[in-house]
Amino acid sequence: MGLNEKPLSTLHEKASYDLADFEVPNGREEAWRFTPLSRLKGLHNGKAAPGGQVAVHVRAPEGVQAEWVGRDDSRVGAAYVPADRVSAQAYASFDKALVVSVPKEAELSEAIWIDVKGNGGEGAAYGHVVVEVGPMAQATLVIEHSGSAVYADNVEFVVGEGATLKVVSLQEWDDDAVHVSHHHARLAKDATFRGFVVTLGGDLVRLSPSVAYTAPGGDADLSGVYFVDAGQHLEHRLLVDHSQPNCRSNVDYRGALQGEAAHAVWIGDVVIRAEAEGTDTYELNRNLILTDGARADSVPNLEILTGEVAGAGHASASGRLDDEHIFYLQARGIPYEEARRLVVRGFLGQLVEKIEVEEIRERVLAAVEAELSR
Amino acid sequence: MSTLEIRDLKVAVEDKEILRGVNLTVKAGETHAIMGPNGSGKSTLAYAIAGHPKYTITGGQVLLDGVDLLELSVDERARAGLFLAMQYPVEVPGVSVSNFLRSAVTSVRGEAPKLRQFAKDLKAGMDALSIDAAFAQRNLNEGFSGGEKKRHEILQLELLKPKIAVLDETDSGLDVDALRVVSEGINRFRASADTGVLLITHYTRILRYVKPDFVHVFAGGRIVEAGGPELAERLEAEGYEQYTKVSA
Ligand SMILES: Nc1ncnc2c1ncn2[C@@H]1O[C@H](COP(=O)(O)OP(=O)(O)OP(=O)(O)O)[C@@H](O)[C@H]1O
Ligand SMILES: [Mg+2]
Repeated sequence: MGLNEKPLSTLHEKASYDLADFEVPNGREEAWRFTPLSRLKGLHNGKAAPGGQVAVHVRAPEGVQAEWVGRDDSRVGAAYVPADRVSAQAYASFDKALVVSVPKEAELSEAIWIDVKGNGGEGAAYGHVVVEVGPMAQATLVIEHSGSAVYADNVEFVVGEGATLKVVSLQEWDDDAVHVSHHHARLAKDATFRGFVVTLGGDLVRLSPSVAYTAPGGDADLSGVYFVDAGQHLEHRLLVDHSQPNCRSNVDYRGALQGEAAHAVWIGDVVIRAEAEGTDTYELNRNLILTDGARADSVPNLEILTGEVAGAGHASASGRLDDEHIFYLQARGIPYEEARRLVVRGFLGQLVEKIEVEEIRERVLAAVEAELSR
Repeated sequence: MSTLEIRDLKVAVEDKEILRGVNLTVKAGETHAIMGPNGSGKSTLAYAIAGHPKYTITGGQVLLDGVDLLELSVDERARAGLFLAMQYPVEVPGVSVSNFLRSAVTSVRGEAPKLRQFAKDLKAGMDALSIDAAFAQRNLNEGFSGGEKKRHEILQLELLKPKIAVLDETDSGLDVDALRVVSEGINRFRASADTGVLLITHYTRILRYVKPDFVHVFAGGRIVEAGGPELAERLEAEGYEQYTKVSA
């Protein structure tokens, strides 16, 4: 268990809508020890002045309802209760929540797009989004983050019985942005969730995707790619809580790092509770460290409280480019820089291939190329 | 007409001296076979010429048409006209065969091939080596069988058209049919232009298809005997025992 003396299953138990229930973190807590608090611009200690300018636009295909509601709307906070200080701060501070509803049995021909754009300004901004997918419906959602902002938000994905929700979340922030976000998916019976995260921009991004199941048969796939440049801190904290029998989860995150003080953090928490018999789970994180001065912290945690699992495993590997790969390509005349580009692009590309929105897939590959030729 | 000249080449791996002064000249139009026992340094010779970072050159020269290859980076050597078919081709995840080949051909020729022409050449090359078209979309060498990897090495040889090819045990792990297919590929390459071949092998069976002009016996990190094709037959009959004793 290392530094973390408490079992994983109890770590996330504290959850509340009330900011006062969370102490200001000091950086020694398990949940905060990797995050440079001084760069959070006060999101964690109540000192962030309000007034940040973040514009959220939604483009919903026909049949999908998108509305802005007050915090008294019963759907807000129904699926997710904030589990840390910044999440609670966001919950306490947002003005209107965006609720997007996909009716039952709908099969959307186009993706829903939510565009989150930071327009700078002094101070922080907060958001809240709820995406509900009715029973047996199928939907794809793209969330794009860009511009400059200090932004904390909570996003709830409520996936109905037999429904499928595919989400691509792109963090393409400007260099100075700070973004702390929770993406929580709650899966009903036989629901399918595909979450794909792409984090490229921002000074500090801390994204916590989590999954909970309310009934058997849920299937969650969480993937992510990130490219960390000099000075960037990109942190992904995953939590899959298997509390129902016969559910499945698969986590695969890959990152490349280059430049002085490029820092990636990946935490993969998976709990299989006593009642979650027949769980099938695997989590994987791989980091490619391209230069000196870059650092990847990768911590998979798997806590199994039942004797009856269908499969459970985790793996984590961080390392340099493989000399043998580079040699082979160079031995065929390919110059070093291009060989490196091919290998890194291949490493991330294998995952990017899984993005089902073609436009996004190509954009992400192009963005990776651009990062590599910087 | 190209010439590869290896002069008194000495190579160490992790401070252990492996090659102890290798002298060999391969001219365009010639095929040289190098035969020798396991661990005698044959692959070390091949990798050192190609520039693998694991090998430290402690002495000597390797000249391709007068240019010292040892002064060049790995990719520069390849672009200068050297090709190494590896004994154990490396698996490169996420890089497709077609993408890789296009990058390699572009680099070696100095310009991107016309897409349609390239697709045609690739298809023809794969057909000739009985490689299924589906391999073009697979990741480079990933999950390939030993024989499939060797065929792909020869496919690259034919597409890249080097001046001098070093083939490190391209015959090992091949069944009879694959051996024939691969040998035909090497022969096509030999016939296609004025090229030199340095063929490293343990067995005479490939030499029945790819006829060498010279045979060298390699033992203890150097060439200990040289002769014509008849030397290969003698090695087949007598083994390397007499040489390993000498070098031990
Ligand atoms: N990393 C290393 N460290 C120490 N010794 C090494 C290393 N790599 C190779 N060697 C040694 O170098 C010697 C020559 O190896 P090499 O692979 O060149 O032989 P070879 O003639 O190609 O053998 P084979 O017929 O089995 O392919 C061997 O004794 C081998 O153990
Ligand atoms: Mg060898």
